[in-house]
Amino acid sequence: MTGRTSPLARRRARAAWLFLAPVLAVLVLVAAWPLAATIGLGFTDARLDRPEAPRFVGLANYARFGPDAESWDAERQGYFVYDEANDAMLLYRAAEDAFYDWDTGAPHAGPVDRAALFQWHGILTDPVWWRSVWNTALFTVVSVGLEVALGLVIALALHAHMPGRGLVRAAILIPWAIPTVVSAQMWGWMLHDQVGVVNEILLGLGLIGERLAWTADDATAIWAVVAVDVWKTTPFMALLLLAALQMLPEEVFEAGRLDGVHPLKMFWRVTLPLIRPALMVAVIFRLLDALRVFDLFYLLTSNSDRTLAMSVYARREMIEFQDLGRGSAAATLVFLVIAGFTAAYVALGRMTLEPER
Amino acid sequence: MHRFAYCLVTAALAGAGQAAAATLTLSCTALGAEADLCREAADRWSAETGHTVEIVHPPQSASEQLALYQQLLAAESPDIDVLQIDVIWPGILGPHLLDLSGRVDPDILSAHAPALLAGVQRGDAVLALPWFVDAGVLYYRADLLDQHVYDVPSTWQELTETAAAIQEAERAAGNDRFWGFVWQGRAYEGLTCNALEWIASFGGGTVVDADGSITLANDAAAAALDLAASWVGTISPPGVLNYTEEDARAVFQSGDALFMRNWPYAFALAQGPDSPIAEGVAVAVLPAGGPDGNPAATLGGGLIAVSRYSRHPDEAVALATFLTSPEEQRRRAIAGSYAPTYPDLYGDAELVAAVPFLGLFGDTLASVVARPAAVTGGYYNEVSSIFYGAVHAVLSGAQSGQAALADARAELIRLSRGGSW
Amino acid sequence: MIPAIPYRIRRRIGRALFALLLAAILGYTVFPFYWAIVTSLKTGSALFEPRLWPREPGLGNYLAVFREQPFARNIANSAIVAGTVTLLSLFLGITAAFALGRIRFAGRRPTMLVILAVSMFPQIALLSGLFQLIRWLGLYNSLWALILAYLIFTLPFTVWILTAFIRELPRELEEAAIVDGAGPWQTLTRVMLPLMAPAMAAAGLLAFIAAWNEFLFALTFTLTNDQRTVPVAIALISGSSAFELPWGNIMAASVVVTLPLIVLVLAFQRRIVAGLTAGAVKG
Repeated sequence: MTGRTSPLARRRARAAWLFLAPVLAVLVLVAAWPLAATIGLGFTDARLDRPEAPRFVGLANYARFGPDAESWDAERQGYFVYDEANDAMLLYRAAEDAFYDWDTGAPHAGPVDRAALFQWHGILTDPVWWRSVWNTALFTVVSVGLEVALGLVIALALHAHMPGRGLVRAAILIPWAIPTVVSAQMWGWMLHDQVGVVNEILLGLGLIGERLAWTADDATAIWAVVAVDVWKTTPFMALLLLAALQMLPEEVFEAGRLDGVHPLKMFWRVTLPLIRPALMVAVIFRLLDALRVFDLFYLLTSNSDRTLAMSVYARREMIEFQDLGRGSAAATLVFLVIAGFTAAYVALGRMTLEPER
Repeated sequence: MHRFAYCLVTAALAGAGQAAAATLTLSCTALGAEADLCREAADRWSAETGHTVEIVHPPQSASEQLALYQQLLAAESPDIDVLQIDVIWPGILGPHLLDLSGRVDPDILSAHAPALLAGVQRGDAVLALPWFVDAGVLYYRADLLDQHVYDVPSTWQELTETAAAIQEAERAAGNDRFWGFVWQGRAYEGLTCNALEWIASFGGGTVVDADGSITLANDAAAAALDLAASWVGTISPPGVLNYTEEDARAVFQSGDALFMRNWPYAFALAQGPDSPIAEGVAVAVLPAGGPDGNPAATLGGGLIAVSRYSRHPDEAVALATFLTSPEEQRRRAIAGSYAPTYPDLYGDAELVAAVPFLGLFGDTLASVVARPAAVTGGYYNEVSSIFYGAVHAVLSGAQSGQAALADARAELIRLSRGGSW
Repeated sequence: MIPAIPYRIRRRIGRALFALLLAAILGYTVFPFYWAIVTSLKTGSALFEPRLWPREPGLGNYLAVFREQPFARNIANSAIVAGTVTLLSLFLGITAAFALGRIRFAGRRPTMLVILAVSMFPQIALLSGLFQLIRWLGLYNSLWALILAYLIFTLPFTVWILTAFIRELPRELEEAAIVDGAGPWQTLTRVMLPLMAPAMAAAGLLAFIAAWNEFLFALTFTLTNDQRTVPVAIALISGSSAFELPWGNIMAASVVVTLPLIVLVLAFQRRIVAGLTAGAVKG
């Protein structure tokens, strides 16, 4: 495989596109339209309960300075603004830069707290959104980190010729096999402060002094979510890492064993570098999944503004508040945040996307 | 000419459609006992009219149910003709529901309780028909009140004192996990129901009043929330901040709580043969907010609506009318303890004798308050979320009642453009 | 390092600690399932008691699950959907992985990133558009709708995983095949595929379970009970009223649907082991 013009290389490139065609066709067919529609709706004021055609509002759902775009009143040709300091409801006409009384329509005489009225609006200026980004990022880093560690332990144990490993392998997959809608609720009950089995066991073991309200307290709720996620998805990691271990040639390990290399050293110097490509990909998909987390936060935490995840925020805007435009913008932001994370991970991890070395 | 011919053809088709038997799809509740009642009713209607009814089941969780309906209706899907909806959904789903005014006999409409009827109307339009009512009630342990010689509390303040005293006594007697009062404190619709009861019973209004004005920031409401916040960690477990109906029932039915705020469904379960508190449990009207206050119970329940995108609107309306008729509601009351929406039925001695619970429920029905769903329409969920968010912040000690309600008021004013929903 | 302790003893202590850690992880993993089984044997007020074994265990919940809805049919639906999705993903995934992992061509890297980007949108963002697409294709309330929708998340995953694995196979094998005159297809099917067995088994298993457990699409794209899959069927289970959560029934259903997966894992194990022996030859 030499120059660019080698006929073999060209033939192989043609074959490559032929091999890729079905996957790309399926993804374009299934994903292109829904994703384009979502990105497009993010620039409009569409609502689920308003059948009329949505209005284009530019970046207003993301960030916009001035009166809130959602407070536009087509009938009165102005924005509704609420001056909290003076407790006054006003109509603001941008063209004239003038205020009117909302109820009477007469020009407004009293003082106006302009600084408070003209602010940034949109998701990017919403502290609840940034709180949800922080919650999600914290959750992702901690739980994916723990999953890698536990997954490695399990994979190494299953790879070693341990007695009864067939059953252990099946047992280890159980958490992954229970539908998340069920397991999230099940953990909710297990973590119940009064009748939950977790408090019962921890009390019995003397690890806690009193029954804790794991999911009600903001401080512990996110760790409860991490614990359930680690429980749920460690099998995913373990299974992929096990497959990576199994594809390594046996000789590598035998040579090491004969030389009496310490197992830990062996692991760091030989095993880990060899399974690194598989580990990197497994982690990417765990990252994507963890950053999109929905069920666990939605079903386990109290859903207050302080314990939202990004996807919960997007769904709340889109479905519960029926604000399709803003919800779509939030979903697009989730995508952008995840893309940023992935890019950083690929760059920092010096992950190679090239074919055979 | 073409146009005329076209009209003739459609008219003929419409006539033919009415004569032929239609197949309707009815979406009513998840599985279980309630679904059986629904099935029987649909079968009876089929037998009478010759039309076929296919029943589909939405998921058990209300939020998933609503999301499913929104998805189907926003796509103008004709796959569901008649649907059971929650009492707060007519406003949210409104634009997709068939206006039943003029299609349903006005006498039948006006026979429903006025509070219920107000909830299904938006302007002149009637968006759904009331099917059954639900309302918050106070559960208590009559055995423990007797033992410690206390009365059933008539105000929240009394409840607070009684709960604290008996909780202390029970704990001293060895039950270290005993609590005075359990309720629903998770940041979700259920907290709106609970908090509305506190606020309304203190004379603090209903968040948004019937003409759309935002009334929630007032001293009575703030006092109600501050009292509720004082319960958390004293007479209510700290975990109550994440309790839903079933979490509260789990504690109460295990014998570990003196009082519980819940819906009527818990009554039959708490009296079940295997329930450790079957002998001691009793139900009362919720307390009032002080000597001058009135008790308030949040209105819940089910409605039947017809999709605008139904291919057989006439048959669908007929089915909806049949399901919500007094005869059918009577049958459901006897077979499943569903409280009827016609006040007349509560005077039916035979019915009340068959379902003793209804007698008790009649009192509660006098004190119901509706959530501001009808007036806030498509914004109701956002209103509710702002409200329960503020309440949750007060309960968890992050804000005082006064401050949280002032913030919530400003948000509601912005959301509604000064109350013009 | 404590030099006084001889190496053999240190190694034993190390092993004992490792075993202890593993036992703790196993307890953490398996206990909730044990708890699900215990809960599924309880009814009524016993559900609220955190007892490690029910006082009066009974199978009533299991009977109720099958009595109230076509649960066997739901399991079959889930198996059909998950099985088809897995086979399609593996087939499409391995061909794509061969192209992406073994062939140098312009546009490789962007293609991989685009495939990955599809997995970056929250599921809720896809829902509306996908719903319109499915209605437009006339697939609403059919299992095909789910099969199509599930490819969105199983395909990027299988393509990337298989690419990562296939890239690691030694180059000599392929060169030998090319010298023998094999085209890309023969190289893939005759030479690479047997060596990829462990990776295929792992990716297939994970894709199968992901499709088996999916809830939101399954709820939105099917309507009638006979087209629904297991997670939706479980979400339909309710008690005598809208508020009551019939916990025992839900747990019984969950146990029932987890068992086929355990059987599947045990069956797949043979393939994984077969792959292992094949892999040992390759060095």
